[in-house]
Amino acid sequence: MDTSFFLAWIKEAASAVQAERDHLTQLDAAIGDADHGANLDRGFAAVRQTLADTPPQTPGGVLVQAGSALIRKVGGASGPLYGTAFRQMGRALGDAPEITPADLVTALEAAQEGVQKLGGAAEGDKTLVDAFAPAVRALAQAVRDGAKLEDALETATAAAQEGAQATVPLQARKGRASYLGPRSVGHEDPGAASTALIFAALRRAAGQA
Amino acid sequence: MKKLINSVDAIVTDTLRGVAAAHPSLRVDFENRVIYRRNAPHQGKVGLVSGGGAGHEPLHGGFVGYGMLDAACPGEVFTSPVPDQMIEASKGVDGGAGVLHIVKNYTGDVLNFEMAAELCADEGIEVASVLVNDDVAVQDSLYTAGRRGTGATLFVEKIAGALAETGAPLAEVARLAQEVNERSRSFGVALSAGTVPAAGKPTFDLSDTEIELGIGIHGEPGRTRTTHREAREIARLAMDAVNDDVPLSGDTLVLLNGMGGTPLLELYIMYGEVAAYLEEKGARAVRCLVGNYVTSLDMQGFSVSVCRLTDELTRLWDAPVETPGLRWAADRPHG
Repeated sequence: MDTSFFLAWIKEAASAVQAERDHLTQLDAAIGDADHGANLDRGFAAVRQTLADTPPQTPGGVLVQAGSALIRKVGGASGPLYGTAFRQMGRALGDAPEITPADLVTALEAAQEGVQKLGGAAEGDKTLVDAFAPAVRALAQAVRDGAKLEDALETATAAAQEGAQATVPLQARKGRASYLGPRSVGHEDPGAASTALIFAALRRAAGQA
Repeated sequence: MKKLINSVDAIVTDTLRGVAAAHPSLRVDFENRVIYRRNAPHQGKVGLVSGGGAGHEPLHGGFVGYGMLDAACPGEVFTSPVPDQMIEASKGVDGGAGVLHIVKNYTGDVLNFEMAAELCADEGIEVASVLVNDDVAVQDSLYTAGRRGTGATLFVEKIAGALAETGAPLAEVARLAQEVNERSRSFGVALSAGTVPAAGKPTFDLSDTEIELGIGIHGEPGRTRTTHREAREIARLAMDAVNDDVPLSGDTLVLLNGMGGTPLLELYIMYGEVAAYLEEKGARAVRCLVGNYVTSLDMQGFSVSVCRLTDELTRLWDAPVETPGLRWAADRPHG
C-alpha cells in the first residue's frame, strides 16, 4: 500500500460520509444532537481540500494531514476522536513509502489506543470504539492467518458493521447519549456507524489497488 | 422549518457579521471565528476565554466585555468549537498574566479545550481550565460523561471576570471560578424541543400533554418525560431536584433562564414560584436574573440555576459589567 492507496481511502471515506450524511445525522438526532453527519461531511470536505492543496508524499503524511484537518474543522467530540485516530495511524507509519498489511494493523492499533486514551471509552460503552475495536481485532487475526489484504479488510469491515449494529441494545456510558440513560437503548450509535463506513471505504480502496 | 437565515451553512458567519455590526465594543475575527473585547489583550490581566456550540446566545459571545469574558469562540450550532479557535483566542487575550478557559462539561467541549490547552502550553501561554458541571439532572456520573455545564456558566463567567478585573493572579481566578461552580446547581425542563437548522425538524417530539425533565442545552432529550402540569408544580419538580442535591439555605443568586422559545411572561411566573420555594426552604434569592441567557435555539422551557452566595461572591456579582448580554454599573448594584 502506497501513498495513492491512502489517498484513495480518504476519498472513498469522504464520499461515503457525504452519501450517508443524512442517515448519520438521523442516528444522532435519536440519541445525540443531530449533527454527526453534517460535521463529519464538513470535516472530510476539508480533508480532501488540504490533500489537494498540499499533497503529502508518504502514507503517514496523508493520514497525519487528514487527522489534523479533522481536528481543525469538525468540532464536537468526533473531530478530536477521528482526528486523533488518523494522526496516530500516520505517526505509527512514520515516513515509510510502502506499507505492509502488518504495518496497517499496527497503525490501526495505535489509532484505537489514541482514541480510547482521549475519550476514555471502553468496548460496550456505545461509542465508535464498539465498531473500531472488533474491526482491528478481525483485521489483525486475518493478517496473521495470511489472508489476502482484500479479504482481510472484508472481514474487518464486516466486524465493524456487526459492532455498530451491536450498539443498538446497549445503554450509552460515554458521550452525549449517556445523558439519556436507559433511553439510549434501541438506537445505533452514530459514531460506530461512521466508523463502519470508514472501514468499508478502506476495503474499497484495497479493491482499486 | 421556518428560520430567519440565509442558508444553513452560513448561520455562524452571518451571526458574527451581525454581532460585529451591532457592538463596536467587540472585535470579531471572522477567519478564526473569535469574538474579542475591542482592546484585548489587557496587560497584566488574566484573560478569560470560553466557547461552545452556537445556539446558546447570548452565551458566550454576548458575555464578552468589561468584567466578564475577554474572548469567546463559537462552534457550529450545538457543536464544540475547534482547538485552532481556542488557541487563537488565548493568544489574543494573553496579557502576560495567563488565560483561564471556562469549559462546559460536554465531551466535545472538553476534548477540544484539552487539546487547545496542550498546544497553548507548547506556545508558552499559561492556561488554567475550569470545568462547569452544575446540572443535577445527570445522576450517575460514573456511567455517563458526567454532569453537564449549563446555566451556572454565566455565574462563573461573571464572577471570575469581576475578579480578573482586579488584577488577581491566574491561580486565584481559577480557584474562584471553581468555587462558583461548586456552589451552583441547575435543572432544566422543556415543553418542546428546538429545531437545529441542519436537521430541519425538532430534535425530539413532545405531545401537548408532555414535558421533558432534566434537559441539557443542546436539544438532547432529558432523563424522563412526564405529564404537563401547572407552573407551581413544575417549579417544585425542578427545585426539588436542586434541593435534593444540595439543601438550599442562606443567600442565593438565582438565574431563571429561558431556553429561547418561552415568553418572559411565563419566565416571571416561574421565577415567582422559585422565589416562593426558596422562602419555604428558609433560603433567600438576594440576586436574580430572569430572561434568556443560556438558550437552546427555539426550545420552549426554562432552566433554574442557584448559586449559594458568600460575601465575596455577592460583591463580585455586583461589580460593574459591560457586555452585550449583561451590563450594570457600580453605583447601581444589580438586584
